[in-house]
Formats: sequence, C-alpha cells, structure tokens
Amino acid sequence: MSVNQQAHTGPPYGQPQPGYQGYQQPAYGGQSLPGVPQAQYGAYNGPVPGYQQPVPPQGSLRAPPTSGAPPPASGASHPSGHLAYSQFEHGDVQNGIPASAAPMQRPPASQPFLPGSAPTPVSQIPTFQQYGAPPASVQQLRNHMAGMTIGGTAASAPPPAGLGYGAPRPPAMPGPPLPGQTVAGPPSSQPNHVSSPPPPSTMAGLHPGPPMSGLHGPPPPTHPPQPGYQMQQNGSFGQMRGPPPNYGGAYPGAPNYGSPPGPPPPPKRLDPDSIPSPQLNELPPQQKPRHRIDPDAIPSPIQVIEDDRNNRGSEPFVTGVRGQVPPLVTTNFLVKDQGNASPRYIRCTSYNIPCTSDMAKQSQVPLAAVIKPLAALPPEETVPYLVDHGESGPVRCNRCKAYMCPFMQFIEGGRRFQCCFCSCVTEVPPHYFQHLDHTGKRVDFYDRPELSLGSYEFLATVDYCKNNKFPSPPAFIFMIDVSYNAVKSGLVRLICEELKSLLDYLPREGNMEESAIRVGFVTYNKVLHFYNVKSSLAQPQMMVVSDVADMFVPLLDGFLVNVNESRTVIASLLDQIPEMFADTRETETVFAPVIQAGLEALKAAECAGKLFIFHTSLPIAEAPGKLKNRDDRKLINTDKEKTLFQPQTSFYNNLAKDCVAQGCCVDLFLFPNQYLDVATLGVVPYQTGGSIFKYAYFQLETDQYRFLNDLRRDVQKEVGFDAVMRVRTSTGIRATDFFGAFYMSNTTDVEMAGLDCDKTITVEFKHDDKLSEDSGALLQCALLYTSCAGQRRLRIHNLSLNCCTQLADLYRNCETDTLINYLAKYAYRGVLSSPVKTVRDALINQCAQILACYRKNCASPSSAGQLILPECMKLLPVYLNCVLKSDVLQPGPEVTTDDRAYVRQLVTSMDVAETNVFFYPRLLPLTKADVDSDSLPAAIRNSEERLSKGDIYLLENGLNIFVWVGVNVQQGLIQNLFGVSSFSQISNALSTLPVLENPFSKKVRSIVDMLQGQRSRYMKLIIVKQEDKLEMLFKHFLVEDKSLSGGASYVDFLCHMHKEIRQLLS
Amino acid sequence: MATYLEFIQQNEERDGVRFSWNVWPSSRLEATRMVVPLACLLTPLKERLDLPPVQYEPVLCSRPTCKAVLNPLCQVDYRAKLWACNFCFQRNQFPPAYAGISEVNQPAELMPQFSTIEYIVQRGPQTPLIFLYVVDTCLEEEDLQALKESLQMSLSLLPPDALVGLITFGRMVQVHELSCEGISKSYVFRGTKDLTAKQIQDMLGLSRPAVPMQQGRPLQTPQQPVISSRFLQPVHKIDMNLTDLLGELQRDPWPVTQGKRPLRSTGVALSIAVGLLEGTFPNTGARIMLFTGGPPTQGPGMVVGDELKTPIRSWHDIEKDNARFMKKATKHYETLANRSAANGHCIDIYACALDQTGLLEMKCCANLTGGHMVMGDSFNTSLFKQTFQRVFSRGYNGEFRMAFGANLDVKTSRELKIAGAIGPCISLNAKGPCVSENELGIGGTSQWKICSLDHNTTLAIYFEVVNQHNAPIPQGGRGAVQFVTQYQHSSTQKRIRVTTIARNWADAQTQLQHIEAAFDQEAAAVLMARLGVYRAESEEGPDVLRWLDRQLIRLFIFHLRRSPFLQVFNNSPDESSYYRHHFARQDLTQSLIMIQPILYAYSFHGPPEPVLLDSSSILPDRILLMDTFFQIVIYLGETIAQWQKAGYQDMPEYENFKHLLQAPLDDAQEILQTRFPMPRYIHTEHGGSQARFLLSKVNPSQTHNNLYAWGQESGAPILTDDVSLQVFMDHLKKLAVSSAS
Repeated sequence: MSVNQQAHTGPPYGQPQPGYQGYQQPAYGGQSLPGVPQAQYGAYNGPVPGYQQPVPPQGSLRAPPTSGAPPPASGASHPSGHLAYSQFEHGDVQNGIPASAAPMQRPPASQPFLPGSAPTPVSQIPTFQQYGAPPASVQQLRNHMAGMTIGGTAASAPPPAGLGYGAPRPPAMPGPPLPGQTVAGPPSSQPNHVSSPPPPSTMAGLHPGPPMSGLHGPPPPTHPPQPGYQMQQNGSFGQMRGPPPNYGGAYPGAPNYGSPPGPPPPPKRLDPDSIPSPQLNELPPQQKPRHRIDPDAIPSPIQVIEDDRNNRGSEPFVTGVRGQVPPLVTTNFLVKDQGNASPRYIRCTSYNIPCTSDMAKQSQVPLAAVIKPLAALPPEETVPYLVDHGESGPVRCNRCKAYMCPFMQFIEGGRRFQCCFCSCVTEVPPHYFQHLDHTGKRVDFYDRPELSLGSYEFLATVDYCKNNKFPSPPAFIFMIDVSYNAVKSGLVRLICEELKSLLDYLPREGNMEESAIRVGFVTYNKVLHFYNVKSSLAQPQMMVVSDVADMFVPLLDGFLVNVNESRTVIASLLDQIPEMFADTRETETVFAPVIQAGLEALKAAECAGKLFIFHTSLPIAEAPGKLKNRDDRKLINTDKEKTLFQPQTSFYNNLAKDCVAQGCCVDLFLFPNQYLDVATLGVVPYQTGGSIFKYAYFQLETDQYRFLNDLRRDVQKEVGFDAVMRVRTSTGIRATDFFGAFYMSNTTDVEMAGLDCDKTITVEFKHDDKLSEDSGALLQCALLYTSCAGQRRLRIHNLSLNCCTQLADLYRNCETDTLINYLAKYAYRGVLSSPVKTVRDALINQCAQILACYRKNCASPSSAGQLILPECMKLLPVYLNCVLKSDVLQPGPEVTTDDRAYVRQLVTSMDVAETNVFFYPRLLPLTKADVDSDSLPAAIRNSEERLSKGDIYLLENGLNIFVWVGVNVQQGLIQNLFGVSSFSQISNALSTLPVLENPFSKKVRSIVDMLQGQRSRYMKLIIVKQEDKLEMLFKHFLVEDKSLSGGASYVDFLCHMHKEIRQLLS
Repeated sequence: MATYLEFIQQNEERDGVRFSWNVWPSSRLEATRMVVPLACLLTPLKERLDLPPVQYEPVLCSRPTCKAVLNPLCQVDYRAKLWACNFCFQRNQFPPAYAGISEVNQPAELMPQFSTIEYIVQRGPQTPLIFLYVVDTCLEEEDLQALKESLQMSLSLLPPDALVGLITFGRMVQVHELSCEGISKSYVFRGTKDLTAKQIQDMLGLSRPAVPMQQGRPLQTPQQPVISSRFLQPVHKIDMNLTDLLGELQRDPWPVTQGKRPLRSTGVALSIAVGLLEGTFPNTGARIMLFTGGPPTQGPGMVVGDELKTPIRSWHDIEKDNARFMKKATKHYETLANRSAANGHCIDIYACALDQTGLLEMKCCANLTGGHMVMGDSFNTSLFKQTFQRVFSRGYNGEFRMAFGANLDVKTSRELKIAGAIGPCISLNAKGPCVSENELGIGGTSQWKICSLDHNTTLAIYFEVVNQHNAPIPQGGRGAVQFVTQYQHSSTQKRIRVTTIARNWADAQTQLQHIEAAFDQEAAAVLMARLGVYRAESEEGPDVLRWLDRQLIRLFIFHLRRSPFLQVFNNSPDESSYYRHHFARQDLTQSLIMIQPILYAYSFHGPPEPVLLDSSSILPDRILLMDTFFQIVIYLGETIAQWQKAGYQDMPEYENFKHLLQAPLDDAQEILQTRFPMPRYIHTEHGGSQARFLLSKVNPSQTHNNLYAWGQESGAPILTDDVSLQVFMDHLKKLAVSSAS
C-alpha cells in the first residue's frame, strides 16, 4: 500500500522545514508497533485525551488499531508498511494524520469502530441510519509523501467484489439474519480486520463498486463478512465495518453521485441494493450501522487543518525559496516576502509543476493560480512598496514586456538584463544602471523592492493611462431604489441615515486628509431622479429623467461633489429623500437605465468609479433591460437548467462591456421579496468586478445590522479602478483560462472596472512547451489600476514554482484547498453551458483520474481494493463531495433560483479561504469553549452524529452563522446565552445574540465577532433549535452527512470515488 | 366721395371691417376685371366700448349647412314669430324665449346699430388662462438676469388664478415642478430627441390610466387639475416659489468650448411645452411663451450646427439651396404649430439676439397660432422689457387685451363665395356651399381658428363673386356677409361676436362710377400687399414683384416693393419673417404705416406737418420723425444738430428751440405707448450712423446719379442705385400706355 510512496519521496522540500521534522521524529521514532499501539489504545478509549493532546500521540493512535491490535495477522503484510511508516513519519506529522484521532474521541459516534472497543457499536446507530454504509473497510496510511491509503480488503479482486455483492443482497432483504450483519457487529470487526486481511472473498468495503460488482457475481453472501475488511499494510488501522450486506441499504444514495438527486439510479448499474434499501431502512437501526466505514477513520478535514495550524502557524512563512508550499489558508501565519509573492496574493494548485504537457495531462491535476492582487494584509505585514522609475516608466523586458523583478538576470556588468520569462536580453536604461557585486547581484539589490521582493508597485506613467491622460479621482454614485417596497420596508430611510455618516469614511490614499473620491446620488423607481448637491445651493435640486429608453445625465456641475464641500446640501438631501417618497405608490422599477445613468455620469465627469445600487425588485417597467419572471423550477435537472444561470438578455452583457471601458464598477445590493433574476441583474456587477449582496425578505429589525456592516465595509474597503491584469509566465506554460468577476476583450487581459481587496481571479495554465527542472516556472501577475486617489499604478506579484519530471513531486506539492477553489469555479462556470449532471460527472471523473494517476504512478503496488490517496490530496474527496452537494450543483427544494445564481457568482470571485469554509463549514462546539482564553474551541466535523443534544454549536460558512442549540442543553447555559429561562423560550427570530454580562455570553459573542471579522461579508446569524423547523436548513450544512436533496454522505462518496478509481485502473 | 369716406370710416369703427370695394360688381366677369379682388380686412375683436355684450345665446338658422345668426338684415314676421335667414332664406321659428318680441320690442340683434353684437354664453367648464414660460438658459449672464427679472415681474401682471408653468432649456430641457416644497424638482429631457405627445405625457407622469368615464363618479373630473398641477400652478399659490425658482435659474452649465455655439434645444423644448399642454389642457386658452437668445443648435428643429465657423443661413444660402437644416426644422416647427393650434394654444416667440435666432423656421409657430413674435437685440433692452410688459396690458375695463381659441366662421349670401383668408389663423377645413374653389391665402374653408388674438388682430378675407353675368341681380340687391367669432375672453368667459354687413350690388357696365367711388384705396393696398406678402412667403421674390407690378400700381406699391416685406436684400431671413409676421396681422392703419412709413417734419416754419417720404424732405433746419412701425426715427437736420451741440436749448432765450427739440420726442412717446411690439427707437442726426434708417426708406429722388439735385439746398442725396419714384412712375406710364395700345 502506501509504502510505495516512499520510493518516490525525494527530499520533499528544497529546504528542510524545521517544524516537521522535529515533530515527526519524536512521534514516530519508536516505531515499535507494540509499544505504541497500546498507548494509543488507551487514548482511544478515553476519548478525551486524544484531542486536546499534542499531535504526536495521536498520530500514533492510529497506528495501533490496525497493525497493533491484530498483530499477528497483519504482520505479514505489514512489514513493508512499517517501513513506510517510519519514513513517513514526518509526513504524518505534517499532515496531521493524527487528525483522525480527534474524531475518534467523540465518544458516542466513533467508538464502535475501534478495533479494541468492540462493545460500543450501538451508539452509532441513531446517527447513521441514512448511510447505509457500505461494507467497506477503511484504512489509512499515510506516508509523508503519498499520504494515506484507505485500503479495501486486501484481497479484493474483481471477482471477490462480485461475491461481495451478491452477498449483500440477501442480507439486505432479510435484514438481521444474515451472516454479514451478525458478523458485522463490532466484535467482528476489529479482530477480523486484522486477522483476516487476506481473505480474498471480501469485497472491500469500499467498493462503492458494489453496484458494479454486483453484476459479476452473485456468489455466496457469506464470504464477505468479517474477513473482508482487513486492512492495511501499515497496519495503521483498517477498520472495516459492516459486511457487505449493508451495502445495499447504504447505497441507494449512490446514484446521486453523478447525477442530481432526483433521478433513479442509472440503468447501467443493476443495483440490486436499491430494492432492498427501503427495507433496510426499516430495519432496526442497530443493525445497519454495523457495516459502515468508520467515519473517524477516513481523512478528516478538521484534523488536517489542526495539524497544519500546529505545525506551521508558529513560524513565519519566508518566501525566498522556489516552489514552497505555503501553510493552509486556515492557518494563521505571517509572511516574509523575500522574492516571491505572499500566498495571500497568489496560491497555486501545485507548487511543483510537470515539465511536460504529457505529464500534466496524465495527472489531470489542473495547474492554476488563485490570485488576489489587492489582498488586504494583516497589520504586521507591509504593504507593497511603491517604486517610481521616473518618466520613462517601469523597466520592462523589450520583448515580452515583463516588468523588472527579482528573477531578471543582470549580465554584462549590469548593462543588460536577461528576461526570466522569455530570455530576451534588454539594455538597462542608463538611469537604472547599477554595478553588480561578485555574485552577479546588483549592488542596490536590497534597496530596490523590484529586485528583492515578490510584490511591489510601480508608479505608472501617462503612457499607461486611458487616452494618455492622467485619470481624475474616481467617484462613488449611490443609486437608491425608492419604489414602494423599498420605502415601506424602511430601507430608504436606513440607507439615507447611514450614508450621512458613512460618507466620512470613503477610502483615502495613505495618509491623505480627505478622500479624493467624489460622490453623487440618484434615486429611482420607474424613472430616475438625479440630485444637484452643489455646495453653493441652499437646497438640493432634483432632476427627474423619465426618458429611460435613452438614458443621459441631466446635469454636469453639482452631481459629483466633494463630501466636505457639499456637506450641508448632502445632509439636507439625505434627510429629504425618505420624506419625498414616503407616500409613493410606484411599485415598478427599472434597472439597466440606472446603470446607464451611472455610466453616463462617470463618462461626463471623465473618471472611473463605482455605483452602489440598492435594488428591490424584478425590473418590469418599460425600459431597456426590462425582465420577465422566468423562474421555473421545472427546469431543474433538465438540459435547460443552464438557462436559469444565463442572463435573459444579452443587453446586460453589452452594458457591462461599456461599463468596463469606462471603469464603472457596479456593486449591487439586492433586497428581494421574490424572484428578481439575480442571474441577469448580476451580469454587470459580475463583469465589472463588482459585488452582489443579497438580503432576501429584508426586514429592518433583523437584517439592518448585517446590511449596514456590509455596506460600510464595501464603501470603505480598498479598491482600484479601471484595472487590467495580465499574467506572464515562463516560456513553456501560458495562462489559458480565467475565472472570476471581470471582463475579457481578448484572451490575455483581464479587465475590471473595479477591483477590491476581496476579489480573486483564478487563472489556469496549460503547457505549450516544455519546462525545465532547473529554471522552474515563473509567474508574474501585473495589475494596472487607478488608486482611490486617482493615481495610476502597477502592482506586480511574482511567484516562482518548481518543475518536475516525476509525477510524485507534483502530488507531493499540491494544495487541495486551491484545487477545490479551481474545481468549484470551473464547475460553476460549466453550469452555464452544460447540464448540471454533466458538470458533476466531469468533476467526479477528473478527480478520479487525478487519484487514479497517483495510484498508478506514485503509490506502491497494492491491492486494487485499497483506496490510496496522496497525502496532499487526502481531503480531495470530502471537499469535492461538498462542491457536488452545493446548492448550485445539487439544489434542494428550498433553494431558489436566485440563491443559486447568487452563490454561483459569489463563488466565482472567492479566494481559497472563502471557498474552503464555504464548502466545508466550520463547526464549533460553543459549550466547549474556554471562557478564559481567547482561543476558539476546537472545530469538529460536519456531521450530525458529532452533535450532542446537551451542547450548543456554532456553524459558519462565510455567509451564515448558525447557532444550534441541543434540546438537552442546561438551562443555565441557555440563560447565560439567550437570557431566557428555557429551551422553548429561545426565539429563533433573533438576529444577534443578546448582550448579557456573563462569561459565556461574552465568550460566544466574541467568537461571533471574531468570525465576522474574518469574513468579507457580514454573516447572517440564525438560531436553530434542535428539532425545530429551521434545523432542516442547518442540516444542509452538515456536509459529511447525506443531504436531503440527495447529496451523498462523505463515506458513501468515498466509496463511490474508490469505485471510480478502480474502474479507471482496471 | 366724402360720403364714401365717412361710410367707410363708420363701418370700420362699428364692425371692424374694411372692404376693398364698397359697392360690389354684380357678376364674376366684372369682378375679375376689377383686378383688385373683392376682399375685406376684418378685425374680429375690434375694441368697442359702446358695445355691451348680451348675456344669452345667439339664435341660429336651423338649416344645418347654414346656421347663420339672427341679425338685423333678417326678415322677421313678428306675428308668426318667424324669421327668414338672409343667407339661405330658411324660415325659422323663434325660440320660446323670444315669445314676446314685436316691432317695438326687438331683441338687440335685430337692431340695425347692432350689426356687430357680442354674446356671452355658458359653455363647458371655465378654465383659467395658462401661461407656460419656455426659457432659454444659454444666455449671457446679463441677458439672463434681465430676462429673469422680466419674468418675475410678469407674475404680478397675471390674473391671480392664471396657471403658470416653467420650462427651461439649454443642452437639456427641464420641466419644473412647481408644487413641491423643499427640494426643487424638475423633469429633464434630452435636447436631441423628439418625443411624441404620448411619450412626453408618460414621462411627465401625466398619463392617467385609461379608465373609461364611469357614470356616477364625479370625482374623476376634479382629479385632472391635480395631476397637471405639478407643472401648472395658479399664480397666487406659487408666485413666491416661482420667483425664487426664477431667481435661482442658472446659465446652462454645460461647457461651451471655444468656437462653438451653446447647444440649445429649442425644438425639443417647444415640443415638450406643446405636449404638456396638449395632454393636460386641450382646447383651453393657453400661451406658450418662448424666450430664446439664439438659434436652436441641436435636436429636432435645429437651425444651425454648433460650429461657429458655419454661419447661420442667409437668403443667399437659401436661394442656393444651401441651408442644410432649414427644411427639416421648418417642418418640425410646422408640426408643432399645427398641433398647438389644433389644441387652441398659442406660441409666442421672444427672440433677443444680435444674430439670427431661427425665426424663419419658427415663424409658423407664431403665425399659425396667433402668437406674438418679438425680435430684439437683447433681453436687457427696453424694447423687449416694455413689449413684454405690454403683452399683459389691460384694456379700459381692466381686462386683458387678449383672447384665445377663436373660431371665425364666415357666411356669405349666394352670390359670393369665400376664397380664403390671410392672417394668424389656420384653416378648420369647413367645406360648405359658400367656399370657393379658387383659393386666395388660406382657402378651402369657411372657418378658421385663431388661437390667440387681440383687439388689433386683423385678418384679410378674400371673396369671389360667383354670380353669372347672365343672371343679373335685381336693382338694389344687397350682398351680405356674416362673421361669427367664438372665442374665450380673457376673463375665461366664452363669447361669440357676430358681425353682419351688407353692400350693394352694382352693374359694372352701367354703374361703374359708383363702384369706382366706393373703392377703398387704402384697404385695397393693404389687401393686395397681404396677398403679395403671402405669395412672397411661398414663391420666388421676383415673380411676386412682377405679379404685383401687373396689378394695381399706386404709390403704396412703390414703397411696398422696396419694403422688407418683399425685398429680402439687406435683411436676414429672420428679419423678413419678423416683418411679414406683423404685416399679416396688424390692422389697416398700422399696415399702411408699414408699407409707407410716415414722415413728420418739425421746424420753426410752422406746426409739425407730414411731409413726403422723399429725400427732398431732408432739410438742415428740420427735425424729422419717421414711423415705420418697427422703428421710430428722430432725425435732426444738420443745422438743428449744430444748434443742439452748441447748447442753445439750454439757454432761456432759446426756449422755443428747446420746445422744438422736445416736440418730436413727445410725439414719438405717444406712438411708443400704444404700439405693440415696441418699435426700435432711434434718435439720430444728420451724418449720424443711425441716419441710415431714415435714408433707406425715403424715396431716392436725389441720388449721386441725378445731377440736377446735386449740391442744391433741397434735401439730401441718397447713395443708392434704386430707382426713385419719379423714374418708377415714368416707367409705369410708359408701360401703361404701351400695354393699352
């Protein structure tokens, strides 16, 4: 099994990473199986310790179960495993393999599976009913490089599988009586695993394959049972669980993988199990669980995150070395820029990329970089320096126009430099000349950011400006819907009130005293109202433009004004707007003309800027861009589903193009009470680099705080205008595809009317030639933009990557979070053109190929029944499953078309951290929080079985925060947190937690605040009481569980994945 | 002769009518031979202080095609209570209210002195007068300021319940909402886009949901004013508000780059004004008052591009067919004028600029709707200020001298047919038995609409005698014409004025001298001139002159030939339009002045006397006062000017000189007082640059060409190649003789 990896393992990193090694060694140093296991064992049973305790012990935990417990049996195969083990050690540490320990601790759920702890099984039952767990057994092995393997039964050959298959059915029907089931009981499992590894008969539990296998063989059900599950060589742990029988039951879900929930299982699989399944469900719960894979044994995101945090959070990440994999996005770390851009700016799917396109194709690992050019940095890190190269502008390569960067090679005593991208030699301009030192570095190397840092800015010259004119400072235009709904909900008043103070916080450059940004105001319903707020006026003047078919700006002077100069007039205006429209009865609105108006205003003022549009309803008034209500749920799961994501009319695309040309960025705040076609309304914000904020069923009391926070942040955040981004690469690869909120008029330049610190662009690279291992691959992302003070600048980010000729190197330097970011964006774009099912299948297929390629080329030979995952990608299946289950790709009945379109666009400009938490939400047990420290409680996995009725949990995904309250929570806690005396009195209408003076309340609120602070949007707080209606919504986010809309559980999906891989391999 | 003069004068005073012929030739053939057509000048609302209106409905002939009004010429059978229509001879029953009539108890309309009578009738809802200001903001600061002040002042002159509205325009057009407090609100329109009335009303939020009139829901009607009230408000309610608004009016803020004209959307502004009124107050008296300081430069109705390097079209360009925008613009304004006229709204144009403002294209707006046209150099001149003030002047009884929405219906006895009318009116296309097939002026109808008129508005109406030669009219037969003018009085009352006149027929062969004697030379001259001007508008200049030459030639015509009404030389197209506009609506006296300016001489030799409009009248010791209608020129002769320079008038012993100087000033002032529009007032002296105004008008009997007058004491030579009256007459005589032979 896993062993194989070692073979490949070269030195993992160019540089030793101190953290790891230290770590690992201690842990694994004594590999003696016997000794370790026991210790762990103990830990196991006592759930608690494992978790909190330091990693090392945990790591060891695993080992024991598999190998240790059944020492004898495993022995034979294990040896190799052990070896591997030892080598991997550090791998373990790094990856935090031990993570598994954590889940295990959860007493109730996990216990049953532990080899040792045979007795417990029962407890699981309740939780897991749904998953008719396949009979698979799981084993994990990790080696440092390759990662873990989840072994199916050792023996698993196709035939056996078949056998297995056959087996399941019978059991299913009869239920309990079957041998499998009986066996399944906890007892059987542990011992068996170990001992029985060989039994060929078993079908690895994993075989999700069951379906397939089913075809083959009907063979006697009997085999499968216990023996099958044996596992791994490492002896790490293989837990097998339920015998095949369960399979059937479990599987019903299977069909969903590829396809949306609805449809019946695809015909090709004769899924015998599907029939029995219902019956299975009827079975007494106890019986089903037996056959499951132990959820604790499969790779745990929580553990991985925790390990990375522990291992890499303490030391700063120094970017000097080529091809370093940065810490995970969930880890807090500092970055020291020593020549490569900080991972806050750029993250890659892999930091070691194949030298040839053949390799790349073979691996199927997408090569992509997730770039956030204006990312906000923590206060400890310095913002990019501004470099001025004088009148002639930044020094660039003559041929490819790459900007001066640390990788440029100075030659001929410094008189010329050779481009690191295209190798062209360029004269150094006289004013830039500097002598070289004995190492060939320029003497002023450290004085010049562009020679020593990965990220910096150039001051652009007039040549870089539109029309060869320096830009004027940008403008913000606030455009408020004043139709009946907006007025009645109190929204108009709220916005006007807020703007009065908010206008003092417009972004300003550096330490300038006041913002250079000018502001303008428009209100609208069926017609548009412009306001003249010139400082010399006593009263603002309103100008109504009702010719919405042919929009224009009715005034020049006095529309865009300096806030300080026109303060009184603006205040008067904002006071009067709510009054003027208080009695409005106009319910219809226009939309496109609003954007046109803003665009025309910016054109007239000859500046770039941003429109803040506050809109409430589907624009049905007669005007260009008028929309129809075309929401049709019947389209879901049909070939026409894609139309729901496409704009109704191409009008908005053209408008967006005009906006981009002018540098007019649109931010859209939506307050719908019904369908308003986000897919169409979002086109312009999306293509201009703007944002959409949506507050469905906006209610003043509950939503205002959230909205105001979003608005404040959106107004205040750093933003660049009229931006063009180009990514240059070393010869051999080339940026071929781009994902994000922007517009492209050609194939290379990403144009954004506006770009703020949250916007992320994902860039995919493809080979067009060979790369060399020696020189590696370089990326240079150059962003030309206008700062908020109207200064034209170039921001440059450079990143150097390694290149490899061995696939193992690729797999060893991947980053799953980034990969998921890419895959999600790729899939979310795919739904525009292909049926959702196709997209889902493609995703699954690609991942299967990635993993199969690894298995084939990098993992040591082992039985096909084993699932072997690369260490760096061991979370790929779980995360991928989350993507597949997301609302866009698999909508539940309660998800609206608008929600899907909204999320689709949202995800497209998310960075890695955001996609990470969005797809795999963070679940924190609040009742476990230490009220005295400021740390967060340890997160737990997203599964209902991890929840205890006696606790309160918090779940966040970047958009929402749920506070889940178990029915058995102590009254004292309820009192402390909600200020009411009993569970039943908790109101789920709360949108904030009451401010109570007690440590628990304070702690929880500080946690909430902290989480809010980490996200770019203010999350909606929802209180969920267990067994309440809202719980359904909440459960939707427990992504390791099977979802109501048909999404597979983690375990099921893993099985399915395994099956796919095996299919590819065979 | 004297009797005829008296008769003519009396008729004019009583009925406001002057016929070219006061005894009519009795057959078509004879009438055609007379050359001067049978026609009249009608001043429908001639001020009659001695004419108290009666407060009842007129009695109409019951024949549907006739509907003539009972008049003194009708035969009445008092016993049978019947009356016979003198036009169609229909016998009609008197209405019940007339049950008590008898020879001694006649209703007013039967009395001969009431050949003109005015009825006040109660019809329809009374709506207040409406004044919609359409103001150009592309003005110089000084001009705009003056205009703003004039407008503010005008608010106090309006009747308190009149509705006012304000539209301003420059590059954009703004319709100001007048009802709101706090924030001032306006609707803005692009200046380049023509909009239909429906679009305008939609955009202004004026369109009501098309709710069919529901019975028993009287609430519907009061809603109407509420909706429109946002833009049109009673003066008394919003005069403060509007005064402030006008005060805050800024020049058009859009930058005008060097070498460009400001973008002025006059066409769209007018279109919106028309659309606004059309949607809210159709068929109600309303004035759209356009104040503009330059030519329209964009959008529909543009007259010239915004490049200063391309000058505005001249007559030269027009002749060369080089005026790019003229046709389109004219069409635009014609459409507007027709729409406006159809709704009974009139359009005034107050154009003040040194260059042309596009009156040529816009003239129909005023011409077809009866609106005023005023041309000046600047809004900051007394010419404009006083003229504008005079628009709101009131008559003796405190009523505005303006009336709206008049509908003039002409009825004739059978021997006559109506050939057409010339004046500020449009045809209502009322075909009838008395409509001639030969058109003179606006023909083909017996009814015309005059959207706005005052006591001087005068129409020329042309008739055709259709009686055949072989069907003689019995001796003593009389032809009759009835003019029925229904209009909205400035007090918002509906009134009907009926004028019925009759003239004797005469056989031209036997009674030629009667006909000749009853010829009204002045009326004929004006009528012919109108015809000439009317043709000049539509035909090529020289053709018209030739036509005129072929017609009756008299002194007047000499001057007419030289007048700006026919000659475009030295006049811009705008000026020509302006002069013609006024010529087509002023009454006989004024028209005569226009044709042949009046020249008075003041000297120590006697009281002021009219002198010949001839260069020989220009003497050193005279002060001349010339009134051309459009200009009043006071010219000091050489000697007088020297005396004045020497300051004699300030010496007590030369007080008589002071009086002499003062006399023409006083007389001029008197003219200025009554004239509308205000004439240009010019005070000049011998050798002064402004003396050209005088010199260009007088008959050039002495020029640098005819030596016999050169150097003589008598008069001043005029440097011109134009022929003098003498030459003209000589030529004529020769021509007359030769053609006669």
